[in-house]
Amino acid sequence: MSARTIQGQKNLQNINQASKDGIGGSPLRPDGNLKVKGEFAYSSDMWHEDMLWGTALRSPHPRATILSVDISEALKVPGVYAVLTHQDIPGSKYYGLEIQDQPALAIDKVRYHGEAIALVAADHPETARRAVKKIKVEYEVLTPIVTEEQCLDPGTYGYVHEPHEYKSHAYGNICHEQRLVSGLGVTDEVRALADVIVSGDYEVGMQDQAFLGPESGLAVPAEDGGIDLYVATQWLHVDREQMAPVLDLPEEKVRLTLAGVGGAFGGREDISMQIHACLLAQHTGKPVKIVYARDESFYGHVHRHPARMHYEHGATRDGKLVFADCRIVLDGGAYASASPAVVGNAASLGHGPYVIPNVKMHAIALYSNNPSCGAMRGFGAVQAAFGYESQMDKLAAELGLDPVELRQLNTMSEGDYMPTGQQIDSPAPVADLLRRAKEMPLPPPLDTAHLDVRQLPGALSNTSHGEGIVRGVGYSVGIKNVGFSEGFDDYSTARVRLEVIGGEPVAMVHTAMAEVGQGGVTVHAQIARTELGVEQVTIHPANTEVGSAGSTSASRQTYMTGGAVKLAAEAVKRALIEKGRRRYGWTHDDITLAGGKVVSARSGALVSMVDLLGDEAIDLTREHHHRPTVPFDKETGQGFGHVQYTFCANRAVVDVDVELGLVKVVELTAVQDVGKALNPLSVVGQIQGGCTQALGLAVMEEIIVRDGKVRNASFTDYLIPTILDTPPIPVEILELPDPHAPYGLRGVGEAPTVSATPSIVAAIRNATGLALNRIPVRPEHLTTELPG
Amino acid sequence: MEFLRPATWDEALAAKAEYPTALPIAGGTDVMVEMNFDVHRPSAILDLNRITELTQWSNDGGVVRLGASVPYARIIDELSGPLPGLALAAHTVGSPQIRNRGGVGGNLGAASPAGDSHPALLAAGRDVFVEAASVRGTRLIPIDDFYVGVKRNSLAADELIRAVHIPVADGPQQFSKIGTRNAMVIAVCAFGFALHPKDGTVGTGIGSAAPTPRRAVEAEEYLRGVLAERGLWESGDLLGTEVIQRFGELVKAAASPIDDVRGTADYRRHALAVMARRTLTWTWNDYSKQIRSAA
Amino acid sequence: MRVTFTANGKPVEADDVWEGESLLYVLRERVGLPGSKNACEQGECGSCTVYLDGVPVCSCLVAAGQVQDREVRTVEGLTDENGELGLVQQAFVDAGAVQCGFCTPGLLVQTDALLDQDAQPSDNDIREALSGNLCRCTGYEKIMDAVRLASARKCAGKGASE
Repeated sequence: MSARTIQGQKNLQNINQASKDGIGGSPLRPDGNLKVKGEFAYSSDMWHEDMLWGTALRSPHPRATILSVDISEALKVPGVYAVLTHQDIPGSKYYGLEIQDQPALAIDKVRYHGEAIALVAADHPETARRAVKKIKVEYEVLTPIVTEEQCLDPGTYGYVHEPHEYKSHAYGNICHEQRLVSGLGVTDEVRALADVIVSGDYEVGMQDQAFLGPESGLAVPAEDGGIDLYVATQWLHVDREQMAPVLDLPEEKVRLTLAGVGGAFGGREDISMQIHACLLAQHTGKPVKIVYARDESFYGHVHRHPARMHYEHGATRDGKLVFADCRIVLDGGAYASASPAVVGNAASLGHGPYVIPNVKMHAIALYSNNPSCGAMRGFGAVQAAFGYESQMDKLAAELGLDPVELRQLNTMSEGDYMPTGQQIDSPAPVADLLRRAKEMPLPPPLDTAHLDVRQLPGALSNTSHGEGIVRGVGYSVGIKNVGFSEGFDDYSTARVRLEVIGGEPVAMVHTAMAEVGQGGVTVHAQIARTELGVEQVTIHPANTEVGSAGSTSASRQTYMTGGAVKLAAEAVKRALIEKGRRRYGWTHDDITLAGGKVVSARSGALVSMVDLLGDEAIDLTREHHHRPTVPFDKETGQGFGHVQYTFCANRAVVDVDVELGLVKVVELTAVQDVGKALNPLSVVGQIQGGCTQALGLAVMEEIIVRDGKVRNASFTDYLIPTILDTPPIPVEILELPDPHAPYGLRGVGEAPTVSATPSIVAAIRNATGLALNRIPVRPEHLTTELPG
Repeated sequence: MEFLRPATWDEALAAKAEYPTALPIAGGTDVMVEMNFDVHRPSAILDLNRITELTQWSNDGGVVRLGASVPYARIIDELSGPLPGLALAAHTVGSPQIRNRGGVGGNLGAASPAGDSHPALLAAGRDVFVEAASVRGTRLIPIDDFYVGVKRNSLAADELIRAVHIPVADGPQQFSKIGTRNAMVIAVCAFGFALHPKDGTVGTGIGSAAPTPRRAVEAEEYLRGVLAERGLWESGDLLGTEVIQRFGELVKAAASPIDDVRGTADYRRHALAVMARRTLTWTWNDYSKQIRSAA
Repeated sequence: MRVTFTANGKPVEADDVWEGESLLYVLRERVGLPGSKNACEQGECGSCTVYLDGVPVCSCLVAAGQVQDREVRTVEGLTDENGELGLVQQAFVDAGAVQCGFCTPGLLVQTDALLDQDAQPSDNDIREALSGNLCRCTGYEKIMDAVRLASARKCAGKGASE
């Protein structure tokens, strides 16, 4: 069986696009036409003529012992081809991104509500659903371990993973922890140096990535005993690395091709249906498609860690920070996922883009029987930013200073040191970003003479005709790292091929980069054009035939895989010029490629690429490694841990119906330094999208979990912003090059998600005078809470 | 599961008599969610889309007879004059796409306390009737007798909703709904209010704050009394803060909400009081203007 | 059961349709029109929006049996007969309104319907009309730009042809 029979496969073939735009331009997306025509094949669109549908039985309990599983009745359902439990797994039963602590199917116990226990493959999704209901599972239901207090007292409440089950260094119910001390730390002596001290307890709810394309894919068994998987993911190679041992196959027999990805935002960093579809395909010998329904999607992927944070800041009377003391507790849920990295980010970035002479920090991630949490846009930094930016506003109020001025008194600049001891060795225009955000013109006041309810809090719900509406303005700034940190070498690979097709030089770019919507494919083509002086660029489907591109996360893909494309294209360019030198004996030292020709700056065109290449192709692959980092010291948190930093500042303007507690964000301004905007249109799109997810966290988005059970696994009750909730988002871009990065670029995607949430909460505080120490801010908080 | 496609109303009644557990579907905006999420597996689905009379309405000048499947979008476009409260409520239902399919019949059939039509129907007065029919005949169920429990109505197993009879508005009507986002949201709580100057009454309807949609009877009685005693219907004079405040408190007291993922009971009570005060103020201001311009 | 209807002007039929199936499932899995997307299957996201007898609806909430003998037009039907992009489709590409693109098919149909009714909608009208179409990538700003661009082109085109 081959991919040939898969329907709707247009993006599983090369996509070619001609354009004059290199880097700095904004050419149209190469996949744009397919997407607007409905011809772009997303993972859920995969189709094979004799395919089966897979589905999973999931636990209704957050913590239980499985006494027995009886699949006999399910197997009798006509149209059912397989019912599998962990006993049917041929290889290793565990997987995980950093710690292999998660069973592919539950073994003797379940640790969270929604954990997969058994799989069914059938001829129709409804047949599969009917069969799942006939699987009989006997549970001994246990009291779930869900609060911080319970997690930290395993003697009384028990272990999420028994000590003998640990797959790593983890202990107790603490999955990972990181301490940090800089300067003198925070002692009584240090506290005495501060004229004012403000403290606060802050809480962040569990946010969901809520990408629109559900987890899905098609596994096709191959004649060589291997398997081909068409899937939506963020990192093909790390999926394969986790899948192969479970499937008991060598990695080369587990071949992944990226199908269309309907958004990701971190939620596809972990395995979801990949192993399950492959197990069913292996077992039945037939292609198996799995598509999660929206409720299953909420159970089937990790979420943003909810956080409880205590912050204490001391400052002098004139507003200079003296110390910061902080404890961040992140609930990682049942399995580790990306928890260690989330803790690392929270600990190392948890003080914000400020120079603070004395710092103490303790960040931990818990194991609990709550849903697993892992990667989501800006992880670790998002939670902390709500804490430290709330503190900055509190401190400004205490000192009677303007909140922006107070921040500017303490913002870091190039040459300053992070609390980790890492020097900021590229531009850090934090104070300038704030200044620009503040100087942008404010939106006009509410026009009470010509009210349109659609512009008011509540909109068409018709709750106010102007009554109770108070406007507020708030500011914030945030910091995020780019790329994987703490000693991890998250290199990217790119293959670039230059040849003559149809009488024109054409560059093909082949990487395993997951295009999840961010526009990496557009940028790759731009880089190839800039480096090779061609117009025609072909994007090869992303798959595991080429080396790893690392993950589409951590704002890293343009930096890392873009950098790899640049290296490979430069190598192709050098090879082509060398070919010309050998053939024509050029001695020029000023040769480059432009307009389809080999060109000397002084002598002009030397030869066309078509003539020079002839029938030959130049096909080279290069890896791009960023500069090395080191792990943070476990106790002091010191170390050159991050590759690059990125900053964004926001101003939020809100109208609050203070009687009903309803909020309308009127405008959300963003100012961000991007180093170099390779594609300005895409950069602005990333920033606006990032701001909107931050808006969601500020005022509506939360997975509500009670006693370990998810209460709102649907788009009816997990609300994300609509177009009527989302305001105009003016964006100002700075381009201060980072000398360490390709083209001087700085990762873009996450910084606005880190920084925008606190600005909105600050604006609501400004309108209401309330303390608002928890996000998302809900209407009942605004009608019952006490003034801050 | 069977899929029944009657072409006429009589065929539909016959089908429902033969399959009393058949689930009627019209716009599908509730039914299909339950199908897609495996909440419900009825013995049969009874499609009402082919029965065009269900998508028609008529107005005899005093009463609008609204076909069960007239989509919300058309209620907004065509009936904002005679049924202003219901039209405002219709505008808060789901999304434009949902409003193109869903209708009041489905809201009544599902009888969810969160259905957006209910507060407007209750507020429209006690002479609102659900026209229910079966092979046994047709009956008009007063709206106050229609809602009997959480997602339960007073239809018999063999009955279908054919239409709703709603008096043409004789005074201003309003509808407000709380949601935690600014569009496409299920009501945290909702309130419908109508002035009925002809018979000197007022109508209220509370949504999502009790096991069933309900009216705030004491609030209605209080306001009816005040308006009559003080001759306000005739004068159109200001109600005064005290009256508005008291009305809000009585609406609040009429609710018996719960805490759930959409909101807390305390917030629901609070918001109902605010919405009651505001909708009363808006409608009374409109009414006063009418009185004064007539004078 | 068998269901026959018109999709993008062509007669189609699907056999062995389960009675509980949605129009969306039939389009995507049975008649080769996977352009309409399955993001929530509860009418909350608008990604599956299609025209049913000329009216935009969520195809996930239409039972397959309900479309018997009716006309459906999907995102695939917004392209002209030569495969050239329709006006709204082109505007979405040009304005950068497409990122992951999963919400795009539904937005295109809904925008097409909006501009059909009102070629020059105000920003508030656009927001109201698109309030049932969730997008998670763009923050909607480029979508607003795309609708404004489509509106301007439509009006310019009309002006030229009149």
